[in-house]
Amino acid sequence: MIDEVIVETKNLNWSYNETKVLDNVSIDIQFGTFTGILGPNGAGKTTLLKLILNLLKVEKNSILIRGKDIKNYSRKELARIEAYVPQSIKMDFNFTVEQVVLMGRTPFLGRFDRESGRDFEIAEWAMKETGVLGLKNKLITQLSGGELQRVVIARALTQEPIIMALDEPTSHLDIHHQINILSILRSLAKKEGLTIVAVLHDVNHALEYCNNIFLLDQGKIVDSGSPEKVITPEVMKNVYNLDVNIKKNPFTGNPYIVHDYA
Amino acid sequence: MISGKYKKTVFLLLLIILLVTIVIAGSLGSARISFPDVVRIIIEPITPMSIENSNIKETSRIIIWKIRLPRIILTVIAGMGLGVSGAVFQGIFRNPMANPYILGISSGAAFGVTLGMTMGLQITFLGIGAIPISAFIGAISASVIVYLISGGGRDILPLLLSGIAMGFLLSALMSLLMYFNRSQLENIVYWTMGSFNAASWQKVIITAPVILSGSFFIIIFARDLNLMVLGEDSANSLGISVKKSRLIFLLVSTFITASAVAVSGVIGFVGLIVPHAMRIITGPDHRTLIPYSMFGGAILLLTSDTLARTIIAPTEIPVGIVTSLLGAPFFLFLLNRMRNTK
Repeated sequence: MIDEVIVETKNLNWSYNETKVLDNVSIDIQFGTFTGILGPNGAGKTTLLKLILNLLKVEKNSILIRGKDIKNYSRKELARIEAYVPQSIKMDFNFTVEQVVLMGRTPFLGRFDRESGRDFEIAEWAMKETGVLGLKNKLITQLSGGELQRVVIARALTQEPIIMALDEPTSHLDIHHQINILSILRSLAKKEGLTIVAVLHDVNHALEYCNNIFLLDQGKIVDSGSPEKVITPEVMKNVYNLDVNIKKNPFTGNPYIVHDYA
Repeated sequence: MISGKYKKTVFLLLLIILLVTIVIAGSLGSARISFPDVVRIIIEPITPMSIENSNIKETSRIIIWKIRLPRIILTVIAGMGLGVSGAVFQGIFRNPMANPYILGISSGAAFGVTLGMTMGLQITFLGIGAIPISAFIGAISASVIVYLISGGGRDILPLLLSGIAMGFLLSALMSLLMYFNRSQLENIVYWTMGSFNAASWQKVIITAPVILSGSFFIIIFARDLNLMVLGEDSANSLGISVKKSRLIFLLVSTFITASAVAVSGVIGFVGLIVPHAMRIITGPDHRTLIPYSMFGGAILLLTSDTLARTIIAPTEIPVGIVTSLLGAPFFLFLLNRMRNTK
């Protein structure tokens, strides 16, 4: 892990139709970390993620990517640094898996370029990393939710990004595929030095996988730091209005929360 | 779907089918001209050596060059335009069931023509008469208004719904005008059915540059359409500016469609069916889909127009009726096929 702040927001404010969604949010994300953005529904997590991807309009000098104002990047330049994995994708067109993954090479291609051998190699590597190489020639419309999510991650990986930003990457998946996706992401962070920024709903996933989390509530940062430090019974009560106990996972030795189901 | 290495071969095949259809269309009609004669007459001016052509009747030459060829070329150009813009609209709206008339182009053109006819408009521009001009202006204005009232294309759904609303509004206004000007009723209704019987070289010269250069432009930018199909955020995060690309695509394909409609009337189903059929053959990659749709559209429209003018000759059926008669069942077939594969 290199000690470099790769994403920084400075007193970030954002409103949607007069309603304040983000209120004075200042975060910094370190290079090579698995960073989680947590918080209850409507806390502003997705908005924060989209802002650091320049998918929503933002004021000057409120977001810096590698020390440079996000507004000074062209879309193409930014696409070589940041890749985005949306929450869900709807697709009515019969692209093959390989075609979709190759689209990740777009920021590196000129207007008249076709994908070269190297582009195909990178796509192949990305499909291997995410375990979808066997689905290469399958149609995207015929995939299951878990397969589709891995294909979208493969496409993001094909961008050879420094940061991969994911919006609830496990929200439509069963428990096996949830763990599968998160483990793939963790190994990419370790092996490739990829910085992962993920909006997560499951607090236990954050406790298990994240190096660092930002806990949002009503548009404000409640706390940040290592998940075991941030997630306490008091915080869970305040933010989620939930009584929890913190236990130790016998498999991994990491903390996890349990709560009453009343 | 055919694999990558056959894509060029199949494209060549489409080109050959188009050329054969042109020869057949040139041959058929009230005066039958043999296939070899059609070929000889067409290539005569462009071959340096003189061909053995003494046995070709001068009337055949006149029929081909003055009557059939301008109509054939105009049909081919319009078919190309409708095929390309159909594929573009389906890509922009991320909906394989979209068509080029979705922004109210057809109703705009029809309203323009109705207004022109009922007012007895008598203008000409570059040798083009009042009807195509009023159709073109009506088509462009309707699309621009739809674009503006739906918030400048910020989202695709309002664009789609505004287009539908505009269509209803203009149809109602058109009916109103027709109701009070019954003397023009027949002409208006006949125009809306679509026909190439008023084709001329002048119309070819005006429409060809718009449609061909527009299509060429779209082919160059076709990769952006692939990304736009993924959704706006995904496309933006892959380095293209969706809002800008969408506006450019809409603008170019609106001009293409309006030019086709202006010289032929409202011809349904070509822009819907052709990209669909081509997608089955070549897959959804717009870099191949657009050129395929261009030639597919030309073949379908030329075949339909040749049927329209020969099937119960000497009476001519409006070509829009033929394309709809062929297109609607095919559309239902596709719908059924999609439901079964899902």
